[in-house]
Amino acid sequence: MTSTALKGPSSPVLEVRNIVKTFGGVTALNDVSLDLLPGEVLCLAGENGCGKSTLIKIISGAEKPDSGEIIVDGNTYSSMDPTDAIKSGIQVIYQDFSLFPNLTVAENIILTSAVADRRRLYSGRAARPAAQAIVDELGLHLDLDADVERLSVADKQLTAICRALVSDARVLIMDEPTTALTHTEVDRLFVIVERLRSRGVGLIFVSHKLDEVLKISQRVAILRSGKNVVTSPASMLDPRAIALHMTGQELDETRHVSELDAQSEIVLELEGLGLRGAYEDVSFTLRRGEILGVTGLLGSGRTEIAEALFGVVPHDSGVVKVNGTPVRLHSINDAIDAGIGYVPEDRLTQGLFMDKSIADNIIAGSPNEHTTRFGTLDLRAVRETIQGLFARLRVKAPNVQAPVRSLSGGNAQRVVLAKWLARRPRILMLNGPTVGVDIGSKAEILGILRAEAAAGMGVIVISDDAPELVACCHRVLVVRHGRVVEILEGDDVAVDTIREKVAA
Amino acid sequence: MSGASLAIPDRLRLLRGANNEGVLAVVLLALIVAMSIANPAFFTLPTAFSILRSSIVPLIFALGVLMVIISGGIDVSFAAIAVFAAYTTVRALQSGTPDLGLIGAFALALLIGASLGVINGFLIAKFRLPTLIVTLGTQGIFKGALLTYVGSRYIADLPTSMAHVSTTNLFEVSTPTGSAYLHVLVVPAVLLAMGLAWVLRSTMFGRSIYAIGGDVEAARRAGIRVMRTQVAVYVIAGTMAAAGGMIYVIMGRSASPQILVGSELDIIAAVVLGGASIFGGRGSVLGTALGVILVQVIYNSLILAGVPSAWQRTAVGVLLIIGVGIQAVASRRSSRASVIDETHQKQEVPA
Repeated sequence: MTSTALKGPSSPVLEVRNIVKTFGGVTALNDVSLDLLPGEVLCLAGENGCGKSTLIKIISGAEKPDSGEIIVDGNTYSSMDPTDAIKSGIQVIYQDFSLFPNLTVAENIILTSAVADRRRLYSGRAARPAAQAIVDELGLHLDLDADVERLSVADKQLTAICRALVSDARVLIMDEPTTALTHTEVDRLFVIVERLRSRGVGLIFVSHKLDEVLKISQRVAILRSGKNVVTSPASMLDPRAIALHMTGQELDETRHVSELDAQSEIVLELEGLGLRGAYEDVSFTLRRGEILGVTGLLGSGRTEIAEALFGVVPHDSGVVKVNGTPVRLHSINDAIDAGIGYVPEDRLTQGLFMDKSIADNIIAGSPNEHTTRFGTLDLRAVRETIQGLFARLRVKAPNVQAPVRSLSGGNAQRVVLAKWLARRPRILMLNGPTVGVDIGSKAEILGILRAEAAAGMGVIVISDDAPELVACCHRVLVVRHGRVVEILEGDDVAVDTIREKVAA
Repeated sequence: MSGASLAIPDRLRLLRGANNEGVLAVVLLALIVAMSIANPAFFTLPTAFSILRSSIVPLIFALGVLMVIISGGIDVSFAAIAVFAAYTTVRALQSGTPDLGLIGAFALALLIGASLGVINGFLIAKFRLPTLIVTLGTQGIFKGALLTYVGSRYIADLPTSMAHVSTTNLFEVSTPTGSAYLHVLVVPAVLLAMGLAWVLRSTMFGRSIYAIGGDVEAARRAGIRVMRTQVAVYVIAGTMAAAGGMIYVIMGRSASPQILVGSELDIIAAVVLGGASIFGGRGSVLGTALGVILVQVIYNSLILAGVPSAWQRTAVGVLLIIGVGIQAVASRRSSRASVIDETHQKQEVPA
């Protein structure tokens, strides 16, 4: 990291040339070439399954390419192994950070480089100053003696960044770095990224969040079906163009809502719902066939309201009526009996059995809906439901026996949806239905919701993604400090209005 | 937070130890004080030396088990390995082989222990099988092979070199209540404990064991040679077991394939009581040593109190559940606390 690294067109710190990789006849990467300059942020964008992860694995040495070469600082490799990669200054920060939860921050920072140096002895006393140095250099506040499992997500990420830099990273690859962070944490991360750039580190960001990507990166490389379709300066692209390159088709992100019959019955009605310390006096209605958006800042109470309707954290005042009859929602079972379904925010831990097959996951929530008159499982009905939903939601997988763990985010989300649709609920609530899902899948998931609503379901979408709400919701509720402050209807359902009301 | 002025909570954290060693020490001390008040015969040098003497073999076994537990596994085959190695060695020395001397005998036993450890390690690391199942299986195999191929006879006369050690004491102290002897084999146990403590704290191998116990996948990505480390862990555990077995045979002055049956529970209980996490990644030699001594003190107390020996196993069982229960409750509480912290932070953020 000399000053020359920052001036003018310098030589790339990393180049990959003509990489080809196939998995059992399926081409994952087809002649992909990329370069990364020192002090540059390159965004690697693409839909799930386009080959991004495979490319990263090849660069980090976890996979070997069929052909092509990797050039780091002028040294050419036909393939890498993890130690080669680390030694030549390539560091990957995975989505799960790959930290050791049982070790302290200091040791996490030091251990990997000590392994790479093939050291035999370890000294905790010597490790601490080295860790401290890198933490200070980045101007961070991390408790070096705390166990990593006690840190917040953002601090874990910072620990992972420190660990990468301590082994003198030249290339830092970050997989979905902003997904689990709040807005302020993202801003703080971007400040760190700027500091890294000024040190001459080249960064590759893999991200779904296009507006963030455009803010931080200098260039964007877009992969589609294993091919690098475009590499262009970020200033030349807008989210729409990126989406076009990623999917190869013009995506319809415009408002698209069905005509709602004013006479259609009210399926859900809330009257003065409240829970001390979370929300108060929440009243609204949901009609058959309607998609209702609920938005607000994190901590505004929007998730708590949804959890009250699903009986997770029961409300302590007010009335909920389903189809006009007051219902008691003291447990999840109460909610399910009332015909309410809920797709939670964190589908990985709350919505899916990761190691089970797609089929098992789809049917997991509805064994009682598929019984013969003797009370045993009606296997034919089960098979029909599974096949029907698998086809209808267009889950991309070889067959229904594939484990859910093997699916991409968008497809996993479809399986969660399928699980609820198998129960045929009257009211379906979805919390962040497209978080961590690529744009192509996002458009399709919104399409599925529109279709279900048109078929007579009442749908509630809880989201902070304004364009998504505008695209599919008939009405949008804005929640602030535990109160419904606004119900937007008709032409008021617009991105700018929503953003303004949320932040006010 | 500068090093000189530690806040009081930090001091408490330090005193408590990373694995609750401090708490364990207090419990042990309280038990000793209580027993001494209840029965003055307890608080004597002979009692202390006899507890130390009875802790030798359990400590050595526990050290091996500790290492396996830190790496995220569990080993129930160590008793079988101990018997196999010790009994086979005694048989070999008896049946005409020239007397190899004490060192030779130990070398042979350790070699056998290490080889059996290789089998465990290979199965676990190569095929990524559950450690409990593998060691449960090999335990049966080792016992069966011992009875079939080596013999099942009770051997009452050890080779002279070994028999000699059994009556050697490190030193002898005369007290009003009688002479107290400290057995010489306390020395290897203490050396092994110190050695393992050093390996775990100050070698990359030791830290890799913690790392693997914390997150295997992260360890692989960090470039740690997981398979090699795991095999080494089971080889060392096997060797430790063999050493423990030899010392047991020497101290008992007889060898039989039936010894040490059922001792697995006590050892694993002691290690878990000593603060090692059954989920891997946590544990220390100090805690394990305290755990072993605690179990022995409880045995001794129960005998002095005239409790039937049948109840001793019950006591250890209860202790094990309490130990694990405290761990589980504590970790649940801390995770709940961190959730509250996080939501709190989120609310402060104006976004």
